[in-house]
Order: sequence, then C-alpha cells, then structure tokens
Amino acid sequence: MSNFEPKIIAFVCNWCTYAGADLAGTSRIKYAPNVRIVRFPCTGRIDFMLLLKALQTGADGIIVSGCHPADCHYTAGNYHARRRWIIFKSLLDFVGFDTGRITFSWVSAAEGAKWAQIVNETVDKIRDLGPYTDYSNLNKLGVGTITEVLNARTA
Amino acid sequence: MSRIGVFICHCGENIGGTVDCEKVAETAAKYPGVAYSVDYKYMCSDPGQNMIKDAIKEHKLTGVVVAACSPRMHEPTFRKAVSEAGINPFLCEMANLREHCSWVHLKDDSTTEKAEELVKVLVEKVKRNQPLEPIKVPVTKTALVLGGGIAGIQAALDIANSGHKVIMIEKSPSIGGHMSQLSETFPTLDCSQCILTPRMVEVAQHPNITLYTYAELVGLDGFIGNFQASIKLKAKSIDHDICNGCGDCIAKCPIKKIPDEFNAGLGTRTAVYVPFPQAVPNKPVIDRENCTYFTRDGKCGLCAKVCTKGAIDYSQKDEIITIDVGAVVVATGFDIKGTDFFPEYGYGRYKDVITGLQFERLASASGPTLGEIKRPSDGKVPQNIVFIACAGSRDPAKGIEYCSKICCMYTAKHAMLYKHKVHQGKASVFYMDIRAGGKMYEEFVRRAIEEDDVNYIRGRVSRIYEKNGKLIVKGVDTLLDAYPVEIEADMVVLATAGIANEGSEELAQSLHISYDQHNFFAEAHPKLKPVETNTAGIMLAGACQSPKDIPDSVSQASGAAVKVAALFSKDELTRDPLIAYVNRCGPPTYSTCVGCFLCVSVCPYLAIEKEQIKDRNGNLIKEVAKINPGLCQGCGTCVALCRSKSIDIYGYSHSQVFAEVMALFNERSLENV
Repeated sequence: MSNFEPKIIAFVCNWCTYAGADLAGTSRIKYAPNVRIVRFPCTGRIDFMLLLKALQTGADGIIVSGCHPADCHYTAGNYHARRRWIIFKSLLDFVGFDTGRITFSWVSAAEGAKWAQIVNETVDKIRDLGPYTDYSNLNKLGVGTITEVLNARTA
Repeated sequence: MSRIGVFICHCGENIGGTVDCEKVAETAAKYPGVAYSVDYKYMCSDPGQNMIKDAIKEHKLTGVVVAACSPRMHEPTFRKAVSEAGINPFLCEMANLREHCSWVHLKDDSTTEKAEELVKVLVEKVKRNQPLEPIKVPVTKTALVLGGGIAGIQAALDIANSGHKVIMIEKSPSIGGHMSQLSETFPTLDCSQCILTPRMVEVAQHPNITLYTYAELVGLDGFIGNFQASIKLKAKSIDHDICNGCGDCIAKCPIKKIPDEFNAGLGTRTAVYVPFPQAVPNKPVIDRENCTYFTRDGKCGLCAKVCTKGAIDYSQKDEIITIDVGAVVVATGFDIKGTDFFPEYGYGRYKDVITGLQFERLASASGPTLGEIKRPSDGKVPQNIVFIACAGSRDPAKGIEYCSKICCMYTAKHAMLYKHKVHQGKASVFYMDIRAGGKMYEEFVRRAIEEDDVNYIRGRVSRIYEKNGKLIVKGVDTLLDAYPVEIEADMVVLATAGIANEGSEELAQSLHISYDQHNFFAEAHPKLKPVETNTAGIMLAGACQSPKDIPDSVSQASGAAVKVAALFSKDELTRDPLIAYVNRCGPPTYSTCVGCFLCVSVCPYLAIEKEQIKDRNGNLIKEVAKINPGLCQGCGTCVALCRSKSIDIYGYSHSQVFAEVMALFNERSLENV
C-alpha cells in the first residue's frame, strides 16, 4: 500500500478556484501532482451525480471548490452548491460512504497558497484512507450481498 | 467521427522543462478521435498559430485542443486562430499544462502522466463541443434615469450630450434633490443653488431629455438593451401645458399649514405648491392628501377660480405609461435619520434639537428664516450651539455600523456658517474621529477650528435634556482623560446618519438589483465595477449606493453615463453564448420538462419563465420552463438542479462534463463520438 498514489479529481468554478489554481502556478507553489482539475462556470453548475460518477469510475478522492460565500460571480451559485453538498453529504453518510474522501472548500482567485495546501492535505488524507474500492468490489461481485462486500473490503 | 487536433506547447522551458511534451504528443495521437498531434516550442507565436491553421485544413480537423497555458490567458488567441482557419471558435479548448501542471509540479513521470490525462480530458470534451454563435441582441438607445438629484442630473446630461435619448423621472414635483436644499457646499462655501440650478434648467431644456416629474417607476421588465419601464405619472391636477406658472393659485390657497418637505419640516406650504422658488418645472401641483377639494368632497375650488388660464383640472387621473429603454441609471438618492431616532437626545421632543438638513435650511438664504440662524422654538438667535457628529452613524447598537461619510465635512461647514453669521456665538462640535479625506477637506476642517474658533471636543454626548430654557448637553472629552463636559446650549444640531430611502427595498426588487443589509443598492464589484449592478444594463449613481458627497456623486454619475454611452455605441450587443436552455422536442412530449419550476426559484437573473405549449386550437397541453437567452448569464445552477435533466448548458453540457470525468478513469465506457 506504500506505493499507492491516489487519483483526485477537482471540480472547480472558473472565476475563483480555477483562477486561484492559476495563481498557485504563476507563484510556482509546488503541490502534489495527483489532482486533475475540471473547470465549471460555477459551483452551482456541479451536478453531484458527477461525484458519484467519479467514484464509480475510479477516483479515490474529490475536491469541490468555488468562490467564498458572498463572492460568487453569479451572485448565489456557491450557496446552491453548499446546500446541495449538505444534503448530499448526509446521503453519503447514510449509505456508509466515508465523506472524508470529499473535500468541499472555498478558494478565491487570490488564494493560490490555499489551493496548494488543500490539494496536499487531501492527497495526504486519501493516501491514509487507501484506494477507494467499494464500488469496484461491487462490480466484481455483481450485485453482491453486504457480507460479500464487507469480506472483500477486509480481504 | 471526430477528427481532433492536439497541439502541445513547450512554452519555451516553462512547460517543456518539466513535462516531456514529445511523449504527451505521442500519447495523445493514440487517443480515439485524435487525427493529428504535434508539439512545438511556442504555440502562441505566429508560426505556432499557423501550424494550427494549416493542420486544420490539411487534416480536416473538427476540433482543436491546445495544451499550453491557462485558458484565462490565451483562449481568445487560439479561438481566433481556429476561426481564421474556418472552424467555429467554440470548437477549440485549452488544456492547462502550465499553471496547473508544469509550474506546480517537479520534473517527474507523474507530471508528464498528469499532462497526458489533462489533454485526454479536453479531447473528450472538445469532441462533444457544439459550434456556437455569439448572441446578438438589439439595443434601444434610450436611457432611463431614476431620480433628479445631482447624480441623476449629471448622468442624464452626460448621456444626452453623447447623443442619446434620456427619460428622467423624479418622484417629487421638481428636480434638484437634496443638493437644492443645501445652503452652501464644502469645501469652497459656494452657494449650492447657484451651481445647481443652471444644470436643472439644462435638463429641462435639453432636446434629448424628456423629463417626468411627480412620477414613479412601477415596474421594469426585459433585459439589457431591451427594458420596458412602466411609469406612473401622478395626477398634478394642473395642466402643465396650459399653466404659465404665475403663482396666483398658490397665493390664494387657504390651506397654508402643511409642513414643508423642502424646508425639512421647518416651514409651511400651501396645498397647491411649487416646492421652492427655483423649481424645475416651475409650475405647481395640487397635493391631494391635503387639499380640501379632495379631502372634503369638492369644497373650496378657489385655485380654479383665480386661474386666468383655466389650467386647474381636478379630474386628472394617475396615468401609467410604458417606455422602451436600453439602460437604466438608478440615482434615487438617500435620506437621513430623524431626530426622533435618538431617545438619549429627547426622541425629537425638543424643538431646538434639529438635524443637519434642517440647519441647512436655516442657513439658506431661501430658507424659512431667510438665512438667519434662529431657533425653531422661539425664533431667537442661539448664542451657544452644539453640533454632534456621528449621530447614529458608526453605532452598531443603533444598527448603523457604517460611516455616513459626509457628516464630518458638513458639520465643519455648519459650524463655520454659524460663526460667520453669529460672530460672538459659541460653537462646539462633539466628534469621534474627523474623517476629512478629500481634496482641500482637511484644510477646511482646520480652518473651522483655527480661523473660526470652533471648539472641537473629541467625545460622545450621553444625554441632552431641557433645563430653564436651555438644552443641557452632557458629554465627555476623551482627550482630557474622559473628563465630563457639560454645555448649556441654545440649539443642538445632530449630524444624523445617512440612510437608504424608504421603499428602496421594493424598488430594488422591481429593478431586480441587489441591495445590502442597510438597503443601499449593491454595485456589481466593490472595486472594479462600482457603477454597474448585478443586472446587466442597470447602473448606479450617487447616494443610493452608499452615502456620498457631491463630487463623488457627480463622478459616479459620469461613470454610469459612460457605461450607458458605451452600451449605446453599438446597434447590437454580442454576448458569450455559453448559456442554459430547456430542451424541446416534437409531440407528444414537446419537452422533458415536467413544469416543477424549481429552476425559476434558483435563477439569480430571473431568466427563467413559464411557457405554455398549446395545440392548434389554443388548448393548453403543458406548461414548461423557458430560458431567456438575453438574461441568462450561464452560471448553470438550474442545470445541476433540474430533476428531469431537461436543462442543459452550452460549453458545460452534461455529455461534456461526464465525458471529462469518465475520460480520466474509465475511457472504455465512453461512446465514440
């Protein structure tokens, strides 16, 4: 497990976090290369089905980040994203998914260092949690019973 | 099947030093749908751009991924380049290999691997891009200016002088606003009326300006370039086309005891009135709330009898007119807190505790005392006067945390004016801090203190009460180690906080613009967009945005006017077409939208409306959502919210973003497009 390099996907808004990540670049702040950024107009656009899709297809961790409250380029998209996240998180908690794999954060266009820090922290955390295999195990087992899944998890 | 071209830029050593660009190009060539892949030292250079253009023609490319710097840097460059080679600019995407990869990671296989994946993600995206055209909307080159104070006047004149039509509406019977009430202005002490009234006349006579006084906005529909304003013209009860403004009706009106708004309640006026002598238009209106003809069923009618022109028309009715405008300048001004807001200063019970605006009227040559400083209670000249700055302002306990900005300056001015008129009198000012930022402002305050001998006391006043005909002002001098101060004053002037106008919340809602916690209208960006609002096409000017002095109001008004003139400089507006839309299909479904209209409630731009789908007999089949492309700004909140997935957005469509995610981890499950 020591060689495990997690794959992290980041869903970010165009106006704050994407620009914040650009700033990390222009400031030459080094961070872990495990993250892949996907650009959205606004966190309000982020369909949380995308998070499930990412987990289903092989992501080990996810970052969702946009403008700070009150700074949304579109006035309120980040608030909708936040509400959606609260509901989504409680759903994940309910089904027993470790929500520690998902980082929800605000990074402004001026926070290049914060972006690097969030990426590094997330990578460290996911490295400790190990690869996300619950979904692939389910696939292996077909529609497995919960015992089979648990056995696979502890195997 | 797509034919995508991938162009990997070394950016000199910036990318090439960390990422193995050759390898990235080789890997990209193997991605499904990639027809051509190449790396080059500087893609943004002329030879680099020509390379892209030639490849588009030679390899019949249907889409382009340029893997270089941030799209925030060079997306326009490459989109222009591909369109010159004959493909739609929106079929070009950029993978960010510099800011998001080479600059933030070390030279390592994992960095090259990341670069390859970033390219793969964008290849899958661009395969699903659609050719788009910028949205064009026509512009109605008429501006609506709300409010006829100095900000509105300046904006209207600037827009009119740049050759565009202006509709100005003012709710009171005359334009002029608060500035017309002022006696003299800081820091020059020139007479407010003398500099303002020529501007007022210019507005009334300008061929490009249509002025509606005694009028209010009741609704605004539409979007930038294409608003429809509904304006209520209140019944003046006098036909202004016939009236020559002789004033005979005013002289004969028997209702004379109405508190005069223009004199801040210090004087009285008649029921048929002109607010002040230099009013524009200088023709009276009848105040129906106070005129006995209206309150007592046709009694009186004296004004109609004395009017030689027959201009009085009691049967006039409020009228609502609709005007098409392309832009709106909101310049509705501000108000100030009354003395009744202050329990510690007597709740407004003491007649000689007045507001700064009332002092302006006392000091004004056209005011109720003709410019002599006299106490409202008994008309005596006050020998000892106290000014209290920050009355309400900067006081979280009173709910007004902000600084009203103008009070320090006008309090210094008031103290000076008093000393110039009552030479032997004593003037004291209680202040928290003196905020005199502005050209010649600090010098002005120093003049009040040093030349006019105004006694500035740093400290607050805890209480004012009446004793033996004097107002006892109990305060503290914090520069003397909180030494208590007690002054027996004849008159006290409170520099009360500047506040948002009553009804500004409702106005903001009908304009669809934001407002802050104090009901001042919110600018689009506190620093870089101080005159725009979040609603495109609506600008702000003056104190409706926050308390401001005259130079600031005028500057902002000119700024707003330039924004309007720039908008009107084109016949059509072009906008980015990355907007959302609700799907439509043939019968019997018409749209997968089920009509829950949750999207309507989340749209910050009110761009989503209900559309009725009817059969050929006009019977309603279903009601579905429809997005107005003129209003949508493309945030996509509705797209993510829509439970039936009936809304999609150009540029960030479901198929695009899901393909991006799947490209990263499991491209085998992606269908080939």
